[in-house]
Amino acid sequence: MELKELYQEIILDHGKNPRNKGACKNYSHDAQGHNPLCGDKVHIFAKIDNDKNILDLSFEGEGCAISLASASILTDTLKGKDLTLTKSITKSFLDMIKSKTKISLNSLTEDQKTTIKSLSGVQEFPMRVKCATMAWHTLLSAIESKDK
Amino acid sequence: MDIKNIKTEFPIFQQKIKDKPLVYLDSANSSQKPKQVIDRLSSFYQTEYSNIGRSVHSLAVKATNRFEETRDIVKNYINAKHREEIIFTKGATESINLVASSFGESFINKDDEIIVSELEHHSNYVPWHFLRKKKGAIIKFAQVNINGEIEIDEIKKLITNKTKIIAITHLSNVTGAIVPIKKIVDLVKSKNIAVLVDGTQGAPHLQIDMQELGCDFYAISCHKMYGPNGLGILYAKKKWVDILPPYQGGGGMINEVKKDEITFADSPTKFEAGTLQTAEVVAFSESINFIKKLGIKNILNHESEILEYGLEKLKKNNSVNIIGDPKERGSIICFTIKGIHPHDIATILDDDGVAIRAGHHCCQIFHDKIGVAATARASIGVYNTKEDMDILCKAVENCKKVFQI
Repeated sequence: MELKELYQEIILDHGKNPRNKGACKNYSHDAQGHNPLCGDKVHIFAKIDNDKNILDLSFEGEGCAISLASASILTDTLKGKDLTLTKSITKSFLDMIKSKTKISLNSLTEDQKTTIKSLSGVQEFPMRVKCATMAWHTLLSAIESKDK
Repeated sequence: MDIKNIKTEFPIFQQKIKDKPLVYLDSANSSQKPKQVIDRLSSFYQTEYSNIGRSVHSLAVKATNRFEETRDIVKNYINAKHREEIIFTKGATESINLVASSFGESFINKDDEIIVSELEHHSNYVPWHFLRKKKGAIIKFAQVNINGEIEIDEIKKLITNKTKIIAITHLSNVTGAIVPIKKIVDLVKSKNIAVLVDGTQGAPHLQIDMQELGCDFYAISCHKMYGPNGLGILYAKKKWVDILPPYQGGGGMINEVKKDEITFADSPTKFEAGTLQTAEVVAFSESINFIKKLGIKNILNHESEILEYGLEKLKKNNSVNIIGDPKERGSIICFTIKGIHPHDIATILDDDGVAIRAGHHCCQIFHDKIGVAATARASIGVYNTKEDMDILCKAVENCKKVFQI
């Protein structure tokens, strides 16, 4: 059943108990995303060192279960990764949602792969795709933002 | 036609959504169309279509006659005094923009005051904001009370000798509150203050009589009145249409065009530049016929019955919070469910064939005020039944199941 594909246990869990919520200490980069159609908001905070590693990653935001879960999963998955890998995983994720392609996420653990793939249920709900992708687009903006 | 079985007049209800009967509770967003309106669009294109008001051939005469007949039908339906008070626009949004632009151009200057309310749809605030930017006018907000209503005293205390216009909704698209327009008009009768009514939600549900209401402007959205898309109406009192400048320039709205001087046509032509939505206007006459055949009072009674039934039933669910509790409420129930975001509610309801809207409903000012970013909205049309409300309530229960709460 499609609805169950969308609201899987993992998503409900991350939606109800989002990880890494609140601005992380001494963040160096941040960006905000906003969907004017539904009012969902997300603010991504990243602490990136000189070697381009994401030492800390967190978010603030309000929105539906999908958008909160997506932001939560994003921070959980990418914390500790370097920027090259972060960008490649983000691209893979966005490709997965948009073009329904199967993605290789070799750099991730099996658990992380399962978690990130749980968001692919939105493919069957075109009006909700933006809920799942907003945090990831905002992360890319944050990375591109000027060092604070 | 029997109002209890009116669904059969709407072809859209013949289909299933996710194998379930369609429960359409999004009429405040846009209403569905009865067969007679859809058929009229088709028959007009097949047998009478041409551009209007320009050519002299037989089809042009036919099309022009049908178009202008609709103006009379609208005039009679809303009991306007003169046919030139009826201006066709592309929607209620354009109707309000027309007034903000033309009235604002002539009568609003720096430090002049415009009164709106905290219940306004963005389309009855943003056009006035443009004017604030352009002319340095001031916008004052009449406060909404705890029940989601606008009290007459809240407006009264904002009026000064700088007030030029009061722009206010007839029926809130969030709380469903019916605003006492006549009292507002009476309040400013002896003053030089115009009253614009955003009738987007009012016109489909309430009896509207321009001579009785006495407002200066009334904006109507036809696609919410069982009519075609892309069409709106502005009622503007004769005294205004005679003196207001045109809104847009183009073909049809002119009297004479010279290199150094242009004179304009009289109303309504003055305000209807370019080729209008000919077929949509003609087919809208069938929307009014449909409403008249049922009787707007019968429609209101029917909808109120469904509304009350649905409200009572939803209130019994402890997880549901209904937004607003206005004494006079029309056709709209906004609600939230504890622990479930309205977008998730809307997606889960859709799985049961129930169409609602989630979001801020273009009323961010009000949502900010109550500290809620988004709400779920079930809005009622003539075709809804108590059974629809039963299905809604069951689907709401299902949301809790999906979210395991």
